Amino acid sequence: MSDQGPLSFHVPAPAVRPGGTPDFSDVKISRAGLVRRPEVDVAPEDIRDLAYSIIRVLNREGEAVGPWANLLSNEELLEGLRHMMTLRAFDARMQMAQRQGKTSFYMQHMGEEAVSCAFRKALEPGDMNFPTYRQAGLLIASGYPMLDMMCQIYSNELDPLKGRQLPVMYSSREHGFFSISGNLATQFVQAVGWAMASAMKRDTKVAAGWIGDGSTAESDFHAALVFASTYKAPVVLNIVNNQWAISTFQGIARGGSGTFAARGLGFGMPALRVDGNDYLAVHAVGRWAVERARRNLGPTLIEYVTYRVGAHSTSDDPAAYRPKAESDAWPLGDPVLRLKHYLIRQGAWSEDRHKQAEAEILASVIAVQKEAESHGTLHSGPHPSARDMFEGVYEETPSHLRRQRQQAGI
Amino acid sequence: MPRKTMVEAIRDAMDVSMQRDDNVVVFGEDVGYFGGVFRCTQGLQQKFGTSRCFDTPINELGIVGVAVGMAAYGLRPCVEIQFADYMYPAYDQIVSEAARLRYRSNGQFTAPLVVRMPTGGGIFGGQTHSQSPEALFTHVAGLKTVVPSNPYDAKGLLIAAIEDNDPVIFLEPKRLYNGPFDGHHDRPVTPWAKHAQGEVPDGHYTVPLGKAAVRRAGTAVTVLAYGTMVFVAEAAVADIGIDAEIIDLRTLLPYDLETIAASVEKTGRCVVVHEATLTSGFGAELSALVQEHCFYSLEAPVVRVTGWDTPYPHAQEWDYFPGPARVGRALKAVMEA
Ligand SMILES: Cc1ncc(C[n+]2csc(CCOP(=O)(O)OP(=O)(O)O)c2C)c(N)n1
Ligand SMILES: [Mg+2]
Repeated sequence: MSDQGPLSFHVPAPAVRPGGTPDFSDVKISRAGLVRRPEVDVAPEDIRDLAYSIIRVLNREGEAVGPWANLLSNEELLEGLRHMMTLRAFDARMQMAQRQGKTSFYMQHMGEEAVSCAFRKALEPGDMNFPTYRQAGLLIASGYPMLDMMCQIYSNELDPLKGRQLPVMYSSREHGFFSISGNLATQFVQAVGWAMASAMKRDTKVAAGWIGDGSTAESDFHAALVFASTYKAPVVLNIVNNQWAISTFQGIARGGSGTFAARGLGFGMPALRVDGNDYLAVHAVGRWAVERARRNLGPTLIEYVTYRVGAHSTSDDPAAYRPKAESDAWPLGDPVLRLKHYLIRQGAWSEDRHKQAEAEILASVIAVQKEAESHGTLHSGPHPSARDMFEGVYEETPSHLRRQRQQAGI
Repeated sequence: MPRKTMVEAIRDAMDVSMQRDDNVVVFGEDVGYFGGVFRCTQGLQQKFGTSRCFDTPINELGIVGVAVGMAAYGLRPCVEIQFADYMYPAYDQIVSEAARLRYRSNGQFTAPLVVRMPTGGGIFGGQTHSQSPEALFTHVAGLKTVVPSNPYDAKGLLIAAIEDNDPVIFLEPKRLYNGPFDGHHDRPVTPWAKHAQGEVPDGHYTVPLGKAAVRRAGTAVTVLAYGTMVFVAEAAVADIGIDAEIIDLRTLLPYDLETIAASVEKTGRCVVVHEATLTSGFGAELSALVQEHCFYSLEAPVVRVTGWDTPYPHAQEWDYFPGPARVGRALKAVMEA
């Protein structure tokens, strides 16, 4: 007989719930510029500490500091700012379009714009992303036509995916954007396979996998890590830790692991944590990992520390599970404002120009939206045909399906 | 009698079961504090504490895998998979483990657990929020598969499933959560509060597993349906004015052959309706059963009306969905054969 007394069951819970005062005091933020920048061929075991710190470039004063700074020109940063502002305006319009019944569903990026926009600029043409539904910045920063995005969201006659897919589940091979599944985590391991293929064929392309904090709990995540580390696949494995997975806080998925990045350590993989709301830091770390992959040095795991400011999707209301003002208390600020602040300090931007750019961007998004809507929205106007539903299941439609199509009168 | 939506009835079933038996535990993604994305477990954590109702990491394999372990220990887990479309990672635990535990251990270990999952389309959910994978479960020896069509049955069947000593797959037609949807998607849905089957007694009662219900008695043709399709069949029958007998299977496995055969022997005609894809769907099993057991009573070949053999599309949802018009055409064809 044990004299320990009975066991008890542990269920993690967030520090604060609705009605409480938001509190992020347990989020340890490294000072900007403090975390070192190792050589890309560093031995993973020599940088285990980078899985626990946060690489940051932009400080509170709006300066770029430390060893990860100064990779991008002001022109490039102005372009990055424009991408993030475009994504935000696009989100606002599409969110509203959903509310107006023009589509069934939408998912926005508010607060996370830097992650996908800045990472995209670290890749080369031919590289492939395996994104989740919250990386539309990869498309915007790669010059994918916004009209195509909107037509996909509206499932209209110009929808490149023929009305088959849920809104925001884009696909563009040409723009290095793998078709989004909707089943979480499945694509993280596919990114590893794509990268393995590139190595097998002695190609020069690399892949990037994407996953949310909550989805790292899926077995697919662990499968991706074991294959990536076993075959030293040329892949960058990106975890976007926006603190929430619908209603569950990140502690449910993270469990006893100190950080999500630390999950990579057991696989002997370089694992870095980065300020996800810092365009310069995201880009610098992304570039480091892409270079590592390209130089055949193997995979890197990156955790972007950010915050999901909006609802999970248009089907969700976060007021039911987290304090309303929690996003205001988030210590890493707003990625758009931080980059804007930096560029103003550099003398490359101003409040006036920012306001003007905001208005211009909104006007151009609205113009594209008008054009998209002239080709139909989900419930009105021209739309993909029922025939499109039967096609593309196989390369050639087999006889049983042709028979069904005839039965449907098509 | 109090009226409840299907969501409330399902919640009530778990509430009643948790009160009666400390071994009943409820968990899944967003199930604890928030109460589930469809709110089926709302309030259960508050009432029973985090040891009885809790949030899990997003890992369906894990959810069912730990449920098997808990059930083997002696608990009665009733777990939620957020959408049936997300059960595939758990399929190995369901098929190779839960379903066979009793058999392979000769009864030393059993898996009395329930896996609840919203199923079916009609909400513009696209291919990952619309699937009807029931045939993937009915094909597996050792599982029971239940599909309720109304709040009364949902509560009684879920309590019976939780009390059952074998693993039960409990598929909840999400299009029915708030009202009896009949497939006329352009018409407003009557809420359950205005429907007789929305009457749900308080407290404990069961609807036995393995027993079908005759929703409409008739002599001209038998319609075999379950879940959402029960109401679609009712609408089709009303639209074309035919004296059909509509059978709501309620439990797909074990199926109620007695009720099915008695009806087809009477009518001599049979139409099988489901939302899932046609080929190797549960309708194939029903059709074979009718042929095997009622061949000499049949006046016409059995006809199936189902979703097409494509992934569930987003924009073309109502071209895909086997609505009342298609069911009506099949009924007429069977009558004229
Ligand atoms: C296999 C699977 N299980 C469950 C879901 C339902 N679901 C969609 S998004 C989501 C939360 C994901 O959270 P996270 O990975 O943190 O990504 P975020 O939404 O925060 O970007 C869940 C549970 C799903 N899509 N796929
Ligand atoms: Mg998240």
